Amino acid sequence: MSIEVLKPGLLTTPQDFGRQGFTHLGIGRAGAFDAPAYRLANALAGNARDACALEITLLGPTLRFDCDACIAVTGAPLSVQIDGVEHAMWSPLFIHAGRTLALAAMRSGCRTYLAVHGGFDFEPVLGSRSLDVNAALGPLQRPLRVGDALRIRETGNGSREMKFNWSIDPRPWFDAESPLRLLPATHTHLLDAESRQALFSQAFQVSNDSNRVGVRLRGVPLRLDTPVELISEACVAGTLQLPPSGEPIALGVEHPVSGGYPRIGQIAAVDLPHLAQRRPGDAIRFAPCTLDEARQALRERERELREMEMLIATRLQQGA
Amino acid sequence: MSELTAEPLSEDALLLRFDDSIDPEVNARVHAAAARLRAAHLPGMVDIAPSYAGLLLRFDPLAWEDALADESAHARLLASVETILRDPCTTARFPQTRVVEIPVCYSSEFGPDLDEAARQAQLSARDFIARHTAADYSVAMVGFAPGFPYLLGLDPILHVPRRATPRTRVPAGSVAIGGAQTGIYPRELPGGWRIIGRTPLRLFDPQRDPPCLLAPGDRVRFRAIDADEFSARVSHPA
Repeated sequence: MSIEVLKPGLLTTPQDFGRQGFTHLGIGRAGAFDAPAYRLANALAGNARDACALEITLLGPTLRFDCDACIAVTGAPLSVQIDGVEHAMWSPLFIHAGRTLALAAMRSGCRTYLAVHGGFDFEPVLGSRSLDVNAALGPLQRPLRVGDALRIRETGNGSREMKFNWSIDPRPWFDAESPLRLLPATHTHLLDAESRQALFSQAFQVSNDSNRVGVRLRGVPLRLDTPVELISEACVAGTLQLPPSGEPIALGVEHPVSGGYPRIGQIAAVDLPHLAQRRPGDAIRFAPCTLDEARQALRERERELREMEMLIATRLQQGA
Repeated sequence: MSELTAEPLSEDALLLRFDDSIDPEVNARVHAAAARLRAAHLPGMVDIAPSYAGLLLRFDPLAWEDALADESAHARLLASVETILRDPCTTARFPQTRVVEIPVCYSSEFGPDLDEAARQAQLSARDFIARHTAADYSVAMVGFAPGFPYLLGLDPILHVPRRATPRTRVPAGSVAIGGAQTGIYPRELPGGWRIIGRTPLRLFDPQRDPPCLLAPGDRVRFRAIDADEFSARVSHPA
């Protein structure tokens, strides 16, 4: 039960929900950057929510299956081909032993998820099968390479041949355009008047050196009224830091556990998946938001996601 | 500033701030609070992570939300935290602080900046090493990379500035000084601190429990060893 990597894609990594509870030891969470897309890939592949899947960046891998498998592809749109035949994303797919799955370049967005029924069978490292690329921690300690053999966990069911002819509507789950909701943070009030306005009025551009650690934004530089000397303290994913260059960095899922730059905003957790889908060159706008609104939106999204997971599980049980 | 302040960082994170300076006494209060909160086993707690003067609490908001109350999850958590930190009875129950001895081979081979750092401190290399091994250090926080300890307690005479150009590769185990701080690189990493020696101990091993040799709040002493003892004890990954 394994999959051979014929082409690895640009940056393809095993991910689950990430490593939790080790922040005090300098070990970050990592995990799938677009968590809802990751969860829906697992749901469509008939997996538990936290099975290990692959996170694919900009350009997809080519994989040869040596066994029958049920799979699903979600996230940023790309061409999915099995032995040259186009297949749908956001749908359960059956692939025969010996066939090759080729995922092409993304048409928009930045991250796509591939789940296989059973999940990828890596040994957990500190409780997680997520690769922290920057810390070289987790399965393989590096992204996928040509020639890797990826084992699939056997479940004893679900790999019989099936014809699926349905998919879910990706629109609620893929968004690389809407403004990101931004909560005020510790040092927002220290921005000078122009910068406070520019934070919400300008379209920032995602820079080329963005990755899972942080999404770097280009734009009219933002300035504080008076510079501050800060001591290093905790950071979380979604924090908008302002380094001396004046161009903000939105921290991603591999953010350092602490940092000393002023924090000028916090992206609402509900919009982190949308941050994950911005690619270099894309525009990012921010919209002001309160913590209560952010909480409310997150609860609502979680309810919709759970409903969708249940709906998918029901349809898979019905067999088609 | 010395009153405890609290700030929501995100939907699932609260930052407690004890001060805004790098100060061993403040940092000790952070670790004392962390120990109390760990011992309290608050529901839904994911992370209790100290920094110099702050304590990050990451939590499952569902464990602290109450649909019938007006208060937010953050406010409810903070109320519990304040009660625990105010309770004088919990003071006695701290675990003993550990003292960890770190053997270090201080030499120009393992510490390419040793001679330059000694020159800047206007000491002989020997006196520089003697002062580095004489002090008691404490792990203020762990960050930068898994298992990287930021140590407080460096002799002020040994405060030397970082290199103008950081190195792209600092070997695992390197003991280094950056301004007022000293630290140890857990694996090969880029870094701008002055490297004065190397320890044969492995600071981070994900297969080990706990994975890190040093935890926040630990006390540290350095002991000088020679190259023979270094090679006998070396356990770094290839």
